[in-house]
Amino acid sequence: MNPDYSGLFAALLPETALVLGALVVLGLDLSAFRRRNPGERLQLALGVATLAVLAAGVSVWFGPAGPVFGGVLILDPLAVATRLGVLVLTLLTLGVAPGGTAPRHPAEYVAVMLFAATGLMLMAAAQQLLLVFLALELASLSLYVIAGFDHTRPESAEAALKYFLFGGMAAAFLLFGFSLIYGVTGSIELPRIAAQIALQGADPLLLVALVMVLVAFGFKVAAAPFHLWAPDVYQGAPASSAALIASASKLAGFTLFTRLLWPGFRAAAGSVASLTAAPGWLPVVAVISASSLLLGNFAALAQSNLRRLLAYSAIAHAGALLLGVMAFGRAGPAPLFYYASTYGLATVGAFGVITAMESVGRCEYIADLAGLHRRSPLLAACLAVFILSLAGIPPLAGFFGKFAVFSAALQLGGVAAPAGWLTILAIALSTVALYYYLIVLKQALVAAPAADARPIKVPRVAALTLVAAAVLIVWFGLFPSQLLGLF
Amino acid sequence: MSLLPWTVYLSLAGALLALAGGLRSPGTARWMALLTAAGTWVLTLLAASRFVPGPGLQTLVDIPWIPTMGVRYHLAADGISLTLLVLTGLAATAGVLFSWNIEERTGEFFALFLTLVAGVYGVFLSADALVFFIFYEVAIVPKYFLIANWGSTNREYGAMKLALYSFAGSSMVLAGLLWAYAVGGGHGFGFADLAQAAAGLSRHQQIAIFGLVFFGFATLAGIFPLHTWAPTGHVAAPTAASMMLAGVVMKLGAYGCLRVALPLSPVGFAYWQAPIAWLAVIGIVYAGLVALMQEDLKFVIGYSSVSHMGFVLLGIAAANLQAASGAVLQMFSHGVIAGLLFAVVGRMVYDRTHTRKLADLRAMPLYRLLPFAAAVFVVAGVASMGLPGFSGFPAELTILIGAWKRDPAWAAVAAVGVLVAAAFTLRAIQLSFFGSTDKAQPPGHASTGEDALHFEPITGAEKIGALLLIGATVLIGLRPDLLLDWINPALQSPLFQAALKAGTP
Repeated sequence: MNPDYSGLFAALLPETALVLGALVVLGLDLSAFRRRNPGERLQLALGVATLAVLAAGVSVWFGPAGPVFGGVLILDPLAVATRLGVLVLTLLTLGVAPGGTAPRHPAEYVAVMLFAATGLMLMAAAQQLLLVFLALELASLSLYVIAGFDHTRPESAEAALKYFLFGGMAAAFLLFGFSLIYGVTGSIELPRIAAQIALQGADPLLLVALVMVLVAFGFKVAAAPFHLWAPDVYQGAPASSAALIASASKLAGFTLFTRLLWPGFRAAAGSVASLTAAPGWLPVVAVISASSLLLGNFAALAQSNLRRLLAYSAIAHAGALLLGVMAFGRAGPAPLFYYASTYGLATVGAFGVITAMESVGRCEYIADLAGLHRRSPLLAACLAVFILSLAGIPPLAGFFGKFAVFSAALQLGGVAAPAGWLTILAIALSTVALYYYLIVLKQALVAAPAADARPIKVPRVAALTLVAAAVLIVWFGLFPSQLLGLF
Repeated sequence: MSLLPWTVYLSLAGALLALAGGLRSPGTARWMALLTAAGTWVLTLLAASRFVPGPGLQTLVDIPWIPTMGVRYHLAADGISLTLLVLTGLAATAGVLFSWNIEERTGEFFALFLTLVAGVYGVFLSADALVFFIFYEVAIVPKYFLIANWGSTNREYGAMKLALYSFAGSSMVLAGLLWAYAVGGGHGFGFADLAQAAAGLSRHQQIAIFGLVFFGFATLAGIFPLHTWAPTGHVAAPTAASMMLAGVVMKLGAYGCLRVALPLSPVGFAYWQAPIAWLAVIGIVYAGLVALMQEDLKFVIGYSSVSHMGFVLLGIAAANLQAASGAVLQMFSHGVIAGLLFAVVGRMVYDRTHTRKLADLRAMPLYRLLPFAAAVFVVAGVASMGLPGFSGFPAELTILIGAWKRDPAWAAVAAVGVLVAAAFTLRAIQLSFFGSTDKAQPPGHASTGEDALHFEPITGAEKIGALLLIGATVLIGLRPDLLLDWINPALQSPLFQAALKAGTP
């Protein structure tokens, strides 16, 4: 293999921009801005980070396509779209951050966010097991750090520790799975692995390895029964960290694992088109999907804590997204990517509203939203868009995500196949979901504010970001082809 | 005709204008809403005046929307949709007139109301099942907030129940439509495409798919035993919302049954026909009997709506030309009459007396205190009973004749329902407006005398709204052929003919 370093550099320009941005943020904060107050330091850090993200976006947009460096990275439409999606979601997260209270070390917070984004960007394109693992770990370690960034609250530390312990366990499973895969196929490059599996068929050891990969997958996207970290992290982490964990990390996670599973292990997929099909990883994914849908939707009903509710709704959405993963082999990436990215928009928005509310006090319980329509009509309107999109109400983007994924899943084997049952289950459970989403909106739009509630003043940047997210959701809802037609 | 899509756009624009107007003053929002609603109604009437009846849908807009999935933004109209569009315009205009007294968050109220209206217009205009479904869902969410925020009596419960029933119904519809779409290979959501795809399924699957779609829609039409959201929702809703809900939104369900479910699978329909018809007649009689027992005047009207919607479903189930056209006529007729009844009860009476308990109303000489309301209620009640001269008469008569042709037993039981309807309507009129003929006092005002019972007079807005609705019911009562001439040709389209043929033994 003839190493092509200039090609690699061109392909990694976005990551370079992000890392440079992070270093500039840290450097400026340590030198010129050392004596300023935290608010100003946060402003500066966010400003620099925004520039870095924009630069990365430009270099993705005009960057190369196709396999890079002998196939270590692949820049296919899915990778490019995911990279752009990660950048947009990161940008939105950075945009809503000034709404909340400034962390004690603002520059480090922002820099670690950029490192996380770097990892997520690599995850979107990685095609070699080693790089997959490195990218995943870079993203995960950064996210553990920002989850525990709120020094004032023990819950934040608890969230970080829990996230870290579960994440470490999942990483161990993944690594063990990878080593088995390497042992069975003799390669760490996905195309070669795929060719080798197609040649020798699915042997039992490979299936064991695949189950281990699925454990890590389940952890990364918070699917039941690997979801246990999610409610605590969503609850304890600073709201803007939770926004990144819930959106960009999920999008990149789905892209990464779908790339592993479909192009890599297609030959060991098995089938969800009938009950008596060959064994493979698809039936396992189907079980994870069903348990996520059921657990997420029903556990969300019982929540009084808004962040935990969002966590359980995220688990439910992960179940639906897994349907998109199952349909990927037939329908391609469009439904999955559409769903994951628009879900990310809505989640960033919802956490952005929480961030903005926290400028006047902790926003923990659903009841804390009471009277939002009077305290800040803008926040209430944006929240309505985000929550209704999560609930899947047309013409918002959340509906078309579900619609595309469900119709793709139904085409796998009709209604009588396991994939069809799952789809019917998911459609039926969307009614359950509407209940808890309406409970949230009832507090925000109908209930009267508490006696001591003050109006909320949203900083201009945060307001603009939230409006942008809401507009994107409506836009992609009215013109779904803008995303669906990318592939 | 080509103006009709603008009813949707205009309503949405009006919603934004009303929202913006509400920031200035409630009055601005009101006028914005009235102008919008009346404007859309004028559009439907203009289209009606130039309408040339014919079989099949006349396409208004047809552009690809999601090309990768074969979804087209296809709006079209025929005589059936035109009938309901005119009804929507009328009900929306009257609804705004009867909401003139909303003072709290006026702009938001009218914005939600007009969004609901836009969704309803959109449903009646859709000629692509997915577009249909989307407008259908657009209409659900505003209902929740209208009721939960501006409603009365257990409003949060009523609103949530209504939203969940509607959404559960629409989930069933979505499942059925996606199924047919997937079977068809994902080519498109046109009604004919779906029907063609469904025809390729086995008989059992067709029965299942028809059941999903039909009962999903029928939930919103208030079919027994899925009707329980209707009375609680209607009672909890503010006046304009109950007028819109009972008057038009329930028709969305029935229209969906007729437009989407029936053509989807004639085989499935043939299987379900008798069960649907029996559920419909049970609904007519059962809801009528329940209405007879109510102590709350608005619940009487709420259950009467379920009973009258039973006729619509019976007409659809009987599936011959007469019954089906009667069903559409009944949709129009009930839309007008239910709107009128809810307007009297919710706005004219409740907003003034602050009670709807029949026992309390009985103690007041309302016919003397609110003579206009009494007159309107009597007219509406008489129309609701189906007396000749009002629109209910030709509608229910054609349905009964059509049903008789298919199965005399259905018609016989439904005819009992007509008697029950007369009983509960007369009881309601008697107890609410003519209960006290002497100088009786309401409970709790034992010593204050008649002076305490002075209600603000009926406003001009209310009078105009009531007269519009009464005019419509009388006009159609005297000239049902005005609408039947639109409806009957529409039923000649191949899709309907296939369904009607399947329903004829």
